[in-house]
Amino acid sequence: MKVLVPVKRVLDFNVKVRVKSDESGVDLANVKMSMNPFDEISVEQAVRMRESGTATETIAVSIGPDKAAETIRTSLAMGIDRGIHVKTDAEVEPLAVAKILKAIVEEEKPDLVILGKQAIDDDSNQTGQMLAALMGWPQATFANSIEKDGDSLTVGREVDGGIQTIKVTLPAVVTVDLRLNEPRYASLPNIMKAKRKPIDAKTPDDYGVDLTPRLTTVKVAEPAGRTAGVKVADAAELVAKLKEEGVI
Amino acid sequence: MAILVIAEHDNENLKDATHKTVTAALALAKDKGCDVDILVAGKGVKDVSAAAAKISGVRKVLACDHISLKRQLAEAMQEVVVPLMDGYDAVLAPDTTTGKNFMPRIAAMLDVMQISSISGVESADTFVRPIYAGNALATVKSSDTKKVITVRPTAFAPAAEGGSAPVETIADPASPSTSEFISEELSKSDRPELTAAKIVISGGRGMGSGENFAIIEKVADQLGAAVGASRAAVDAGYVPNDSQVGQTGKVVAPELYIAVGISGAIQHLAGMKDSKVIVAINKDEDAPIFQIADYGWVADLFNAVPELEAELTKAGY
Repeated sequence: MKVLVPVKRVLDFNVKVRVKSDESGVDLANVKMSMNPFDEISVEQAVRMRESGTATETIAVSIGPDKAAETIRTSLAMGIDRGIHVKTDAEVEPLAVAKILKAIVEEEKPDLVILGKQAIDDDSNQTGQMLAALMGWPQATFANSIEKDGDSLTVGREVDGGIQTIKVTLPAVVTVDLRLNEPRYASLPNIMKAKRKPIDAKTPDDYGVDLTPRLTTVKVAEPAGRTAGVKVADAAELVAKLKEEGVI
Repeated sequence: MAILVIAEHDNENLKDATHKTVTAALALAKDKGCDVDILVAGKGVKDVSAAAAKISGVRKVLACDHISLKRQLAEAMQEVVVPLMDGYDAVLAPDTTTGKNFMPRIAAMLDVMQISSISGVESADTFVRPIYAGNALATVKSSDTKKVITVRPTAFAPAAEGGSAPVETIADPASPSTSEFISEELSKSDRPELTAAKIVISGGRGMGSGENFAIIEKVADQLGAAVGASRAAVDAGYVPNDSQVGQTGKVVAPELYIAVGISGAIQHLAGMKDSKVIVAINKDEDAPIFQIADYGWVADLFNAVPELEAELTKAGY
């Protein structure tokens, strides 16, 4: 089974988000960037499938500026076989990402595309589902367990009420949730080895995809802040305050 | 034309998230000067459709009753909704795990860039949505002719009831779902649902174990509250995943949120900081949760929570 793993370079999850004073966006200059945490989980899953023999080849794809190659390199150091870097400095919306991925899927013919359920920058939660629709494939989103059974996958999904289990016939798209696995740290020898793994450089034009955004950002603002309130000394004081507020 | 709202339900009950999504749709409709319809897609949805018809301001309810829609899996929902969109300018669904699952499929088939998790409607084409786990609010304008939108229910008040819209049955989906439902393990609880509860009491890593959640459950039962948890508590296996409040779990905005043994990671705050009143109980007085809490109580939770329970009992709860 051939597995394609799209990965995204985002603001590191530990970095405090700062909104630019002109409200044009979030300040990304000179801040630490990392692989989207959900994508680390999909990379880990693909690598485990490769190690167990379920997957025969794993390919990471990233769409973004020159530095997105670093994110691909991270996935190669974790154990992915090779990379495809679609270079662009433009901001690419999930719909355009899904269209580029569709073109890559048609070229590479993977049996499974596995990716994070959402990126922690725009929190869209769309790309996997959109790719599945464009391909006419089934989807299993928010996976917290995946088992391969012949030409299908049984996937446990984290849903609002608990866990839902569904079966999808391959080829399929799976998006992963937090508790699917614990991603590994790349070892130094693997980081060295990753430097020799190939990354194909491509452009959106190679795939004939129009990146013109459909959404324009009018402004990005700081949410209304909350300030620290008062300290209470005991339960009696707390209950009295909550009664005053009329919330109990 | 008109706006379509996709109802959230479990084939038996219409969920409150639907009423809140209708509020967002009515705001959009007001700017456009058009009507709002509701689609109820499921299996055996007569009661749900009747409940949807009672929401004020709704023109009509479309009911699609078919076995392939019982679980509202994404592929089947796509089959029903995409053909309907010839007659609508916009489609809205709550950003529950169900809506998040099927809506982008509909958007892709319509060649529309979806606007996810909106928290405000500025006009018929301009919306506010949280990004970076709610650390920034983006105002975005869509140039797509049709709009595909998911709505953050906690950001909108529920639409009133009192309407009597007609229910129209529509054709079955053209082809069956390509994914197959196997089973479901739903958490059973007599307490209110997390996202709909007026009071939520959540435990964090500080709870130490799943058994220890019993002490906050007692308080929850006194107050008629739902029980939530931080990601740390879920990852540690204390409670099931569906209790998680936060960026990647549920977003709640109750009247009262009580955080017990929760330090206040950004990830968690993203899911609860719009609560009206926040109470934090933590023994670490430097915990970030105190920076956003209206009432902070620096105390060992294992003493504080039973004290709170006793005090509530005394007050007649």
